[in-house]
Amino acid sequence: MRANTWAGRNKVKVRDVPDPKILNERDAIVRITSTAICGSDLHLLDGYVPTMQDGDVMGHEFMGEVIEVGQGVDPGRLRVGDRVVVPFPIACGACGACAAELYSCCENSNPNAGIAEKMFGHPVAGIFGYSHLTGGFAGGQAQYARVPFADVGPLKIESDLTDEQVLFLSDILPTGYMGAEMCDIQSTDVVAVWGAGPVGQFAMDSARALGAAKVIAIDKEPYRLQMAERAGHTA
Amino acid sequence: MTQLATREAAKARQEDVQRRGRRLGWVSLGLGVAQLAAPDTVRRISGVDDSPTTRAVVPLVGARELVHAAGLLTSRRKSVWAWTRVVGDAMDLASLGVAIAHRSGRRRRRLVAVTGAVVGITVVDLLTAVQATRAKKIGSAPTARGSREGGPMELTATTTIRKPPPKVYAFWRDLGNLPTFMAHLEQIRTTGDRTSHWSASAPFGKDVEWDAEIVDEAPGEKIAWRSTGNADVPNAGTVRFVPAPDGVSTEVHVVLSYDIPGGAVGKAVAKYFGEEPHQQLDDDLRRLKQVLETGQVVRSEGAPWGKRARKEFPQRPAQPLSDSELAKGADS
Repeated sequence: MRANTWAGRNKVKVRDVPDPKILNERDAIVRITSTAICGSDLHLLDGYVPTMQDGDVMGHEFMGEVIEVGQGVDPGRLRVGDRVVVPFPIACGACGACAAELYSCCENSNPNAGIAEKMFGHPVAGIFGYSHLTGGFAGGQAQYARVPFADVGPLKIESDLTDEQVLFLSDILPTGYMGAEMCDIQSTDVVAVWGAGPVGQFAMDSARALGAAKVIAIDKEPYRLQMAERAGHTA
Repeated sequence: MTQLATREAAKARQEDVQRRGRRLGWVSLGLGVAQLAAPDTVRRISGVDDSPTTRAVVPLVGARELVHAAGLLTSRRKSVWAWTRVVGDAMDLASLGVAIAHRSGRRRRRLVAVTGAVVGITVVDLLTAVQATRAKKIGSAPTARGSREGGPMELTATTTIRKPPPKVYAFWRDLGNLPTFMAHLEQIRTTGDRTSHWSASAPFGKDVEWDAEIVDEAPGEKIAWRSTGNADVPNAGTVRFVPAPDGVSTEVHVVLSYDIPGGAVGKAVAKYFGEEPHQQLDDDLRRLKQVLETGQVVRSEGAPWGKRARKEFPQRPAQPLSDSELAKGADS
């Protein structure tokens, strides 16, 4: 298959790599229909995140169609043919962190958790295409991806929403939403969001959905402010 | 003594060494400044103002004193710097001996007095150096990560698994399960109710085998074992299964001790090749948790056979495996 790979600092290459295969019983293989570039991919690109290696497949925001499932995947949860959005953190669903719904802190999904623990003082879940510190998982800027613990993370899309309408559930919409959620927004609150980039736009929409009386966008780029205005926010 | 108390005691000793070392540093600074600023006075007091050689030697000794001072006042490695003072003292005493042999009368009396003072300083230096060296050794001994010295090594590691103690105990007690998460074990064959035969891979492709017996066990709580007969790597271990405060999980506490062949050198070589024993144990417990909680050792493209200390860096790239890599398996 073709995949976008890291090739050194400030260098990425679309290369031919082997097709993914089932490695664990609860894996699924997804044929990717849409994928995105995250702002945090820039940290990989510019060499800011250690433990990237030449040939690492990048990308952690993707969705597609399940084309193969391992024998350990509960058919009640996921089957071949399902259309799924794949969240970027890989979660086992069985450890203490997952039981507390702290999926990004999954204690099992990162085979290299020991390295992360030494560097950060705490481990981090496995993440697709995001360095070997987060497990060394091949990412989703590719034609196909292997999705571990496929019966836990992937979100089935059973409506006719388009890819563009649901793809952002993989990472960026929840990121903006979480920012708004942490504000404990009340119906009388005026919420200002500094930075009207993609995460900021989602934070603004989330703040409104959570009941803010008014949402104000702050940015130095006129096109971003115009976008916020078009969405009904105050620039 | 508890581990905490031991650590506190080692810390207190270390602070004492630091204080004494700093004091010696100030003495060095005083002597050095005097010898550099007023070499002639120093020469007169010492009774060596008759020799032109001492005009060069005294400031040099002063400069050396400043080096001691710099080391003792700025570095925390007081043992090394205290020993440099002892070496300096030996040099001084040798020079003073030569000077005494060539002089008589008033000058000789002055030299003997100065030599007496230097002997006194030497004793203080020597005591500080010995104490600092000893404190360093004691300070590093009680760490949980295994000693750096030769001889038997003790390792401890702990993990919390979201399964009840009887279940975790039962999994471990079925010894044939151990190779599923202990990466270095090839196989364990049960040979009796409490006896078993183990085989493992060691660095440089060497295989080791040994017999083991369970010496103590309490169902659901504890298993203790040790190697028997003429094992290549004599070893013993205890694993305790403690109910975790959450009421559903088990804390697994492992203590292993074994003799790595080749003593300290063997250990250093093993570490160089990525076989750091504590890290192995740590990885093993992570895999145990994965197996019990999720059913399997978790594989990524970068670490397709689960994480192995030996293959830490670089890993294979995070891209799908080829058919031939997959066919070759963990040894590819």
